[in-house]
Amino acid sequence: MASDKVKILTDGNFEQEIKQGVTLVDFWAPWCGPCRLIAPSVEALASEFEGRATVAKMNVDENPIVPAKFRILGIPTLLLFKDGELAETIVGLRPKDELAGLLNRHAPVGVGDAKPA
Amino acid sequence: MADRKVVIIGSGPAGLTAALYSARANLSPLLVDGLEAGGQLMLTTAVENFPGFRTGIQGPQLMEEMREQAAHFGTEFVQGDVTRVDLRARPFAVTLGDDRTVTTDTLIIATGASARWLDIGSDKTLSGRGVSTCATCDGYFFREKPIGVVGGGDSAMEEAIYLARLASKVTVIHRRDTLRASKIMQDKAFKNPKIDFVWNAEVEDVKDVSRGHVTGVVIRDLKTQQSRELPLQGLFIAIGHTPNTALFRGQLQLDDNGYIVTHSGTKTSVPGVFAAGDVQDHVYRQAVTAAGTGCMAALDAERYLEGIPDEETEATMSAGRPA
Repeated sequence: MASDKVKILTDGNFEQEIKQGVTLVDFWAPWCGPCRLIAPSVEALASEFEGRATVAKMNVDENPIVPAKFRILGIPTLLLFKDGELAETIVGLRPKDELAGLLNRHAPVGVGDAKPA
Repeated sequence: MADRKVVIIGSGPAGLTAALYSARANLSPLLVDGLEAGGQLMLTTAVENFPGFRTGIQGPQLMEEMREQAAHFGTEFVQGDVTRVDLRARPFAVTLGDDRTVTTDTLIIATGASARWLDIGSDKTLSGRGVSTCATCDGYFFREKPIGVVGGGDSAMEEAIYLARLASKVTVIHRRDTLRASKIMQDKAFKNPKIDFVWNAEVEDVKDVSRGHVTGVVIRDLKTQQSRELPLQGLFIAIGHTPNTALFRGQLQLDDNGYIVTHSGTKTSVPGVFAAGDVQDHVYRQAVTAAGTGCMAALDAERYLEGIPDEETEATMSAGRPA
């Protein structure tokens, strides 16, 4: 799988990484069963949307600050940021198609192509 | 001719055991995972009552082992949900999430059951915002906070005991004045100094939807009809499960609670369609009984494919059984 395409976010690099373009962040923890179930979808989306949107994940066990700031009280939670602003919140297990639809809406083909690497 | 001899819907212990048996019988089963792949055991921690693991095994790990075992014998897996089934025509038609339709001679339904919600609206709205049906997933976020658990069965006690390790205080809210939970679970819960009980009470509302997180839980005393608000910051719901049978409504006989009705083993009201696990069992609901009925469904499907008439199947089966 293309797990290396999923960017690892931390409390330290979070703001820098989400401030430009469309970023989907998967908040997870190793002890969370449903997080394991959504992980393959997130990995697939990272490949499919490469160049259009950033797909990232943050381990809530290791990073307490950002999850608290966005009041995350259950995982998996996925937040979609557009140029640093929170645009969508998805709580719980969802089908991959639904997540892809969300990314398509916020990062249509051709728009994100100019995004700096 | 059908695309498949056997299609299995569901990837919990029932579905995976059905897959294991039908794969070993050279029926090349296709198994559709469903969104909650792995089933309810994916939401658990240690499973100490599955035979063969003397010190217990983690639920997700048990499911991974079962899945690998089924794959080893040639089960083909597809991710995602089934969106539609047609059981009126032969072969049966199963439509997948990507709109692909697969036809099959037999169908094994092992779609299980999902956690029930309170049916008050605000609980669902605040899901992932302080309301949860999975203590092992979300308990972590309520360290040193006062929280509630709704329910009086084994799962409710299990959640309360687990959460008491994290939360500052756990209040169990139960509709009756006694618990349904087993004696051993009751004793554990009663002994825990961090667990309190509110009896004969029903959750009316979860506050505060407008603020987008849980600030309190309104409960009504069922004897006095008085309502009051408990200052809880989280609410875990453990009031049982609903069978995942929406796909089959109107095509298969279901009981009043929506469970698939089975007879003579795992047969449903449509010959060639079999049901296993929690989707047809509201009594035992164990990983091992689900696996057991999954095995039965695979054997029943195999016999059906061989064209053995029902009466003979039953005669052979009972002949092999000790009196």
